Amino acid sequence: MSESIGNEMYTLRINGQDRPVKDAWVGESLLYVLRERLELPGAKGACEQGECGSCTVLMDGDAVCSCLVMAATAIGADIVTVEGLIEKDPSMATTADVIASQITDVQQAFITEGGVQCGFCTPGLIVAVHHLLDKNSDPTELDVKESISGNICRCTGYGRIFAAVEAVVQVRKASR
Amino acid sequence: MSTVKQDTRLRDILGTSALRPDGVAKVMGSFSFSSDMWAENMLWGATLRSPHPYARIISIDTTAALLISGVSAVITAQDVPGKATYGLISADQPVFASEFVRYMGEPVAAVAADHPETCRRALAAIIVNYEVLTPVVDPELAMLATTEQIHPDGNLIRHQRIICGDPHISGNITVEGNYTIGMQDQAFLGLEAAMAFPDSGGNGVELHIATQWLHEDRGQIAACLKLPEDNVRLVLGGVGGAFGAREDISLQVHCCLLALRTGRPIKMQYSREESFFGHVHRHPAKIWMKHHATKEGKIVKVESRMVFDGGAYTSTSPAVLINGITHTQGPYQCDNAVVDGYAVRTNNPPCGAMRGFGVVQACFAHESQMDKLAQACGLSPVDVRLINAMHTGDKLITGQVMESVAPVERCIRETDAIPMPETLAPNANVLEFPGGSGRTADRHNIVRGIGWGVSMKNLMYSEGFDDYATARCTLSNGIASLKFATSEVGQGFVTLAPQIARSVLGVDDVVLETSDTQIGSAGSTSASRQTWMSGGAVDGACRLVRERLFEHVGKLHNIDPIRLMIEHTDVIDTIGTFRISVAEATQGITLSETFEHHHRKTEDLDANGQGNCHVAFAFVAHRAVVDVDVELGLVKVVQIATAQDVGRVLNPLSAIGQIEGGIAQGLGLAVMEEIIMDNGRVKNPSFTDYLLPTALDAPHVVAIMIEEAEPQAPLGAKGIGEPPCISVTPAIIAAIRAATGKALSRVPVRPQDICL
Ligand code: FES
Ligand code: FES
Repeated sequence: MSESIGNEMYTLRINGQDRPVKDAWVGESLLYVLRERLELPGAKGACEQGECGSCTVLMDGDAVCSCLVMAATAIGADIVTVEGLIEKDPSMATTADVIASQITDVQQAFITEGGVQCGFCTPGLIVAVHHLLDKNSDPTELDVKESISGNICRCTGYGRIFAAVEAVVQVRKASR
Repeated sequence: MSTVKQDTRLRDILGTSALRPDGVAKVMGSFSFSSDMWAENMLWGATLRSPHPYARIISIDTTAALLISGVSAVITAQDVPGKATYGLISADQPVFASEFVRYMGEPVAAVAADHPETCRRALAAIIVNYEVLTPVVDPELAMLATTEQIHPDGNLIRHQRIICGDPHISGNITVEGNYTIGMQDQAFLGLEAAMAFPDSGGNGVELHIATQWLHEDRGQIAACLKLPEDNVRLVLGGVGGAFGAREDISLQVHCCLLALRTGRPIKMQYSREESFFGHVHRHPAKIWMKHHATKEGKIVKVESRMVFDGGAYTSTSPAVLINGITHTQGPYQCDNAVVDGYAVRTNNPPCGAMRGFGVVQACFAHESQMDKLAQACGLSPVDVRLINAMHTGDKLITGQVMESVAPVERCIRETDAIPMPETLAPNANVLEFPGGSGRTADRHNIVRGIGWGVSMKNLMYSEGFDDYATARCTLSNGIASLKFATSEVGQGFVTLAPQIARSVLGVDDVVLETSDTQIGSAGSTSASRQTWMSGGAVDGACRLVRERLFEHVGKLHNIDPIRLMIEHTDVIDTIGTFRISVAEATQGITLSETFEHHHRKTEDLDANGQGNCHVAFAFVAHRAVVDVDVELGLVKVVQIATAQDVGRVLNPLSAIGQIEGGIAQGLGLAVMEEIIMDNGRVKNPSFTDYLLPTALDAPHVVAIMIEEAEPQAPLGAKGIGEPPCISVTPAIIAAIRAATGKALSRVPVRPQDICL
């Protein structure tokens, strides 16, 4: 790092851990710091303008575009990235490898329903869908569409993503 | 033959909805895209681009940039050791502009530094002195000999005619129109990104890159670096979609040059804005088309003139043009034709491959024409298409005989039989209205329309090109490993290849080796070709290994290998009772075979556009239902019904994903996606201003897959990637025409085209 750029030092709370950030430039986005400094590349950058949702993370329970958040302003916030999502109810996971990998019901449904192609939009969508279903356990089709309309997927045309969300809602309902 | 019927459906063989092997990593966020790479001691690379569409470079001063702390290198055209230009068909595009910049965004210099922000400052410190010139932006003018030629190779990239049958014949009915297709962007989500590692001696480089075709990239890169191809090793980085935009070189050469110059790993990645300048787009086109028909509506002759704006450099324009003109007739019988096609160089951004490759443009014109013809003859849109539908054995306007399975009639009839959606409920949520939550439509101004589109698409490369694919299969201890250079861009070849191996070899465990240039070429992931080509190569390699396995087992157990076959996961004797599991039979041995799949040969077109230039074709029908607010010009695509000729479904889940994804892209071209140009300048290089379909724009898709196995195809399956996005666009436009009564001759349709 050139002297002219960065010498900031601060700590972020990410996925339940305190993560020190050293020698940072104050202009770095949360997305950059997660990906390039903290080895958390799950959040993706595809527009860095708040338009595509690929960089979605949870900040104090709200879904935000991490490309629009200055990392240094996220001090004190409770940040959850796709890497930090954990299955709250392990009985939701059905197959052995799935349990072993600590995959969530939403993540599993994206795989089994075909919601993943290139997968670049996927981490952002997974976070967005978790956020939706945490707030609204029985969303209508329009609720789902509206809540993920900030997440662009160029590959799937969304059909299989809707199917994945629907599958999770049904399973969660049945197990209540 | 064993009488015990094994349940094979639990195994992920061909025909099942096997799941993606990379799915877990992708949903967990641990899949490594090319932009996720990181290396000890790495530097960031960045590109300086021309702000002008056309200018002469007077001087470039990099002194100030080099003085910035943290900057390790600044390179320009004079630092390119090998060939100064590259290109897929013609090497006419400079690695860095030296004398002229010919489009806005053309690379002029590149820097390597310790931080992206340092790179940005270094780029800002490079002083380029330009003499700004008047850009040539109208292809009609550009192709004239009297217009300034903006490149030593001239402004006319290619002209090709097709003359078929009687050029002077006419019919009782003629319909004609002029059609315009806007410039669409592939807009893959995973931006261009790569990491280059220099060899310690500086005599070679390893590039991890998101690309569609590793070997083609390698050839172009090695020539520019002046290195033997063996010293340039390419490894496929995780690819976040492609759709044609990764077929050309973007940052590959720059990244390698910086790595060799600095002796350190270089990471480069484009921003979204840079990506709009960094890759080719779909050709904007202007098409005049005229159909002559009998009064019963049977096509007698088609005439057309097509002009494709290729932008500043050739890219794949010559091939896109040939695809456009050879698909003038669409999926319809036609004995007579006169077609002229031009691909022209301008100071607009270079255009090249995008899903549908020239056929999208032709299809918008021929399908608009079919509706005009229907109206002129008093036929329904369905009947006019059925009357003219092409069949296997028909002669195309190129003289080539349609040898592919051609279930055009079935596509139309099965689409027609799909139930219509319900009418918009009186209490419908505004989110279901045209315009959604943004500009809310008035319920009373919403009119529903229905429209049709049918298309034909060539598969694989054309005009004599041998785009073969290579694969190696190694079987040992019951595990098959597959090696190929095929680019997985999201389409699902990594799912399909193990399905093939399981089906052929009776194994369950299949390992995929790294996709890189350490094996022969797989050709490009484009032209709907990998299931056929790389699928054929994997199938071929697995079959060779299976033969070796049968020989081995036969010898060991004294059975003629010809009597052996695979059943479920066992090798069995078809006559006797012998049975051994593949796992057991391959304990301690290793069988390995490599196979190259070549499709049948094709030919160049002659001066009159005659020749067997294409390998095979696929067909599809689309019916669109739209709601339009005729006052505000807002459109909501309610339902797309489709029946697609797929040959054979190898993975239903992957297939529906291709169909729905393609439809969304065709919808984008119909009603929202366009790179807006103003005198050579791109006006909207961002996701704020270049609109893409969101979840709320996605129509309800009802899809039928028509399975009539294609005898030419190694697995019976046709490519399915491109057809979904082709005729859906004209179908949507036809539906909007039906709702509004407007002629609508350009895509995308904008609100002002409807309501003004
Ligand atoms: S990268 Fe943050 S919204 Fe697109
Ligand atoms: S799967 Fe590729 S962008 Fe969504």
